[in-house]
Parts: sequence; C-alpha cells; structure tokens
Amino acid sequence: MEFFTEFPEMGRQDLRDFKKGVDASFREFSRNYGDALESFFEPLLWFLVWLEKLLTNAPWPIVIAVVAALAWLGSRSWKLVTGTVAAFLVIGYFGMWEDTMATLAIISVATLLCISLGIPLGIWMAKSNRVQSAITPVLDIMQTIPSFVYLIPVVMLLGIGKVPGLIAVCIYAIPPIVRLTNLGIRLVDKEVLEAADAFGADYRQKLFGVQIPLALPNIFAGVNQTIMMSLAMVVIASMIGVKGLGLPVLRAISNQYLALGLLNGLAIVTLAIIFDRVSQEYGRRLQAHRQGADHD
Amino acid sequence: MTDKIKISNLYKVFGKNPSGAMDHVRKGASKQELLDNHGHVLGLRDINIDIPERQIQVIMGLSGSGKSTLIRHINRLIEPTEGQVVVDGVDVLQMSAYDLREFRRHKQSMVFQKFALLPHRTVAQNAAYGLTVQGITEGEAKERAQRWIDRVGLGGFENHFPAQLSGGMQQRVGLARALATDAEILLMDEAFSALDPLIRTDMQDILLDLQEELHKTIVFITHDLDEALRIGDRISILRDGEIVQQGDPQDIIMRPADDYISDFIKDINRGRVIEVRSVMTAASRATGPKLTEDTPIEDALQMLSSAGKDSGTVIDGDGKTIGKIEMNNAITAMARPERDKGTPRYK
Repeated sequence: MEFFTEFPEMGRQDLRDFKKGVDASFREFSRNYGDALESFFEPLLWFLVWLEKLLTNAPWPIVIAVVAALAWLGSRSWKLVTGTVAAFLVIGYFGMWEDTMATLAIISVATLLCISLGIPLGIWMAKSNRVQSAITPVLDIMQTIPSFVYLIPVVMLLGIGKVPGLIAVCIYAIPPIVRLTNLGIRLVDKEVLEAADAFGADYRQKLFGVQIPLALPNIFAGVNQTIMMSLAMVVIASMIGVKGLGLPVLRAISNQYLALGLLNGLAIVTLAIIFDRVSQEYGRRLQAHRQGADHD
Repeated sequence: MTDKIKISNLYKVFGKNPSGAMDHVRKGASKQELLDNHGHVLGLRDINIDIPERQIQVIMGLSGSGKSTLIRHINRLIEPTEGQVVVDGVDVLQMSAYDLREFRRHKQSMVFQKFALLPHRTVAQNAAYGLTVQGITEGEAKERAQRWIDRVGLGGFENHFPAQLSGGMQQRVGLARALATDAEILLMDEAFSALDPLIRTDMQDILLDLQEELHKTIVFITHDLDEALRIGDRISILRDGEIVQQGDPQDIIMRPADDYISDFIKDINRGRVIEVRSVMTAASRATGPKLTEDTPIEDALQMLSSAGKDSGTVIDGDGKTIGKIEMNNAITAMARPERDKGTPRYK
C-alpha cells in the first residue's frame, strides 16, 4: 500500500550526491574556464561601459536631440518626436536621467547583440529543417525557463556585473528575433523564389535579393519584440548588478517605496512605448511597396 | 529547321521512392493504379517532344495534365525521374549546379502564371532583374531593360511597384523581365491565363508582334484551346501526363487523334480556325478567285460566294498557285467531323 501513497523517489543520499556532483563539476568548469570566458566578453563589457559613459556624460540637450533625431529617422512623424522629447524631459525632471541613460545603454547593446546573433541564426534555421527542429526546443526553453534559474550559472561563471546581466537579458530577448527571422524567410512567396531560381540566382542572390527583403516586416517585428523583452528584463538584470532603472525598482520593492517604484516603473514603460512606436513605424515604412496592394 | 529543344523519354513520378515506382510505370501501371496501389503520383509518362528553333510550341492540357510540370523540366526547376532534355545539343539534366545557373541566366527566361514579380522592387528593377542576376550593375541593367519596358508599353511606370499595377500590366513587367536577358528560349507557363479575356487577347497580340521581330524559341503552356490555336506554330496536347497528339494546329483540328481531342475541339469556331490549305486539293493550275493558303475558310467562303464561283485558286506567299479549293469541301470542313466509331470513347 505504501507504494501508492509514497512516491517511489530516489534515496535522499543519492539525490544529495547527484546535486553535489552537478554543483561540483560546474564549479570545476567555472574555475577552469571562468577567466577565459570573462576575457572573451571583455570587448562587450568595454563597449557597454563606453556607451554608458557616453550617454551619461554627454550634455543632456545633445542626448535629447540625438534621440529625437533617431525617432524622426525611424518614424518620420512629428507627433512621435514631440512625444519622445516630452517623455525624456519629464524623466529627467523627476531625477531619473542617469538611470535612464544606463538602461538605454544596456538595452542598445543587448539589442545589437541579439540582432547580430539572432538574424544569422534565423537564416540558418530557415535553410534547413533539421537545424530548425534542433533550435526550436532550445528557444522554447530560453523563453519559458524562469530567469532566476539561468541567472545562477551565469553568476557562477562570470560573477556579478554588467556582462552577466547582459547575457541574462539576451537569453530572454533573443528568441523572438530568431523565430521571426526564420518564419519570415520561410513565408516568402514560393513563386517569387521560383522566379529567382528560373533566372539563375544563386544562394546569396536569393537570400539578399529576395528572401531577406521580403522577410523584413517579420524580421522587424522580431527586433521590436526583442527590444520589448530586453526592457522587461531590466529589473531582473539589476539583481545581478546592472545599473539603470531596474535598481530603484528593486530598492522600492524591498523597502516598500511606492512612489520610487512607480516613477521608475513608469519610466521603463515610457521607454518601451517610445521604442515600440518608433520601430513599428519604421517597419511599416519598409513596406511602402505594399501600398496599393488592395487595388485590383 | 533544327530542333532547339529535344525532350525524350521523360518521366516524372512524385512520391517517396520515385525510382522504385518507375518499375511499375514501365510495366504499364496507369496513373490511377500507381496512386492506388503504390502511393505515387505519375506526373509525366514517356514525353517526347522536339521543339523547333524560332517557333512557338504550345503545350496544352487541362489542369492536372502535367503541363506546368513539363515546362519546369526544360530549365530543371523540377528534376525528372528519368529521361533527357537536350537544349542545343547539351543535356540540361547532366549540367553541374554552376552550368545550370549559367544556362538559366543566359539561355532561357521564364514568364509565370501569377507573374512572380519581386514586390519590393520597382517596375524598372524588376525588368532588370535577370540582368542584375547575371552580375551586370544595376545602372546598366536598368538602361538595357528600359527598351523592353517601352516595348511592352509600360514607359512612364518605371518607378511604380508591382502592387500598384493591374494584372495585365504586371504581366507586361514579367514579359519585359524575360525579354531583357535576350535569351533565345522563352518559357511561358500559363502566362496569360490569369488575365481577363480582353487583356489576354492584347497580350497575345504583343507576343505575336514581338515574335515576328525576335524569332525566339517559345514554349507556351495553356489550357485555353483558342489561345493555343491563335499563337501556336505547333501544339502538343497533354492528358494525365501523357502526350495524346502533337503537330500542326490545322492537323489536330482536321484529324483529331481520339475522342478526348474531339471533345476538346468541338466548341471552337471552325470557320475562323481552319485555313484554306487544310481543305484544298493540290493542283498547279486552278481557276476562280485567288486566296492565300492561310485564309480562314469563313473568309474564303464569303469571297467565293460574292464572286459567284464554286471554286477558287489557292496561292502561297509568293503568289504561286498550289491548289484548288471547292466550296463543298470548305462547307464540309465547317461541320464537326463524325465521331470515329473505332476509337474508344473518352471516359
């Protein structure tokens, strides 16, 4: 009867040994390769620090001007530009300027990193079904595993700091761009691709002349999602030493500072909205050629 | 007249193990048997077509007859299960990937049923596509393509995107794109089928006009008999992946090979399609009004009756008398031929 009421689990001692074994071997691994990995990520850290310094040290009117110019280039909409400038002024007025700049820096670097890894990965997935079926479950895990779980090994390997934070953000934020690049390329009209074949286009000509341009709206949706998700990770990343808007939020949680949490939370939301609108508008403009598609 | 394209013993079986299924096909399994008993689809069976240089070869068949599959074997967009496709003495199916690309870039070009234009490129860029694939710089390619844009009547639309054009105009872009590479072979896969009737006739005129001047070897796929008769120098009729009859259009109308083809041609306007040469009797001397050999019998009858004669003289392009046409024969030809009781009824 005991068999049915008590789950037949492995012995307590065995379980302890198993866990100890995993921990020990990972510790061994991080002792052997931790330094090497750290120096591997050195350029990334350097770039991140440089950007953060640049943003915080630059006179604020110039930063706002640059942000406004980027918003204009992306969206060509005065409404969005005005909104962006106003939002940054309010953020600065409430004393969150430096934190916002730090967040902006890590988001930018994370997004760049995700794009430069994610798009080639997506292209590779689109090229081969086998690669797709190998990578898809990995992406699923990356998206669903609680972020705290992968924070542990990352911190064990690289300690607390900007780079592990950046890696944590990227693990969470990279799946959409990979998925949507893959999807976008796979959705490209087979007939157009056949035409390219019929005119003797080689793999590169098809990829850069047909597949990527036609997949661009989807790829862009992926970029947009990646930015949104990396913003969502800002608070969690601050737990392992990333400066920025997440840190005050974390402080607010542990000390029950309602106003502080609210203000910084809203600042994150504001950044998210600006990024989202500008990048979506840009994505829409990329599809200018679809205008008139409804007409017969 | 030399053959530009020689297709011989071409088979295509779709399925998991095509070469295995080929054994059954060789033993004579029908399309239905192959599908029911072996789970493979017979696309093409023993196709033999010799396509002469500088002529329009029409391949006609209803949907599912394998005509689009067949045309894709000529530039190897589809790999055959067995057979040969020889273009200018070279077997396309033996080409390396590099040779095949060069062949596709320079030797042939294709026009598609659903246009298959690049939606993110302008009309000018689309027309120049084949040239840019060849490695020609975009500026020069556009310059060379411009001539064809003008030729198909799209001057002024260079900077439009395909989505901004009507179907007929989009297919003109498709045609300009195919012509711009100056390839000798033009493959047209139901190129005008998606267009409405008036536009279709328009496009046929453009094509015939161009052919007068360019003399390309054109393979034209269609399911429309009127279109086939209008533009084809030769017609091959495909059914269930097999050729049922091929030859001169006149020949097909006057001597349909079986009931399937009789059914096919029963609704055409025979008076407009049949030419005097098909009903004349050869003779070196004749009396009556002079008719060129390619006059439709409808017109011939009118000319004969208005001249009040029972017979006329048939002359060739040089004005030489080659035969004699009798009113009776012309009238008989207008009527549908009796069904030959010997041939099995289709279906």
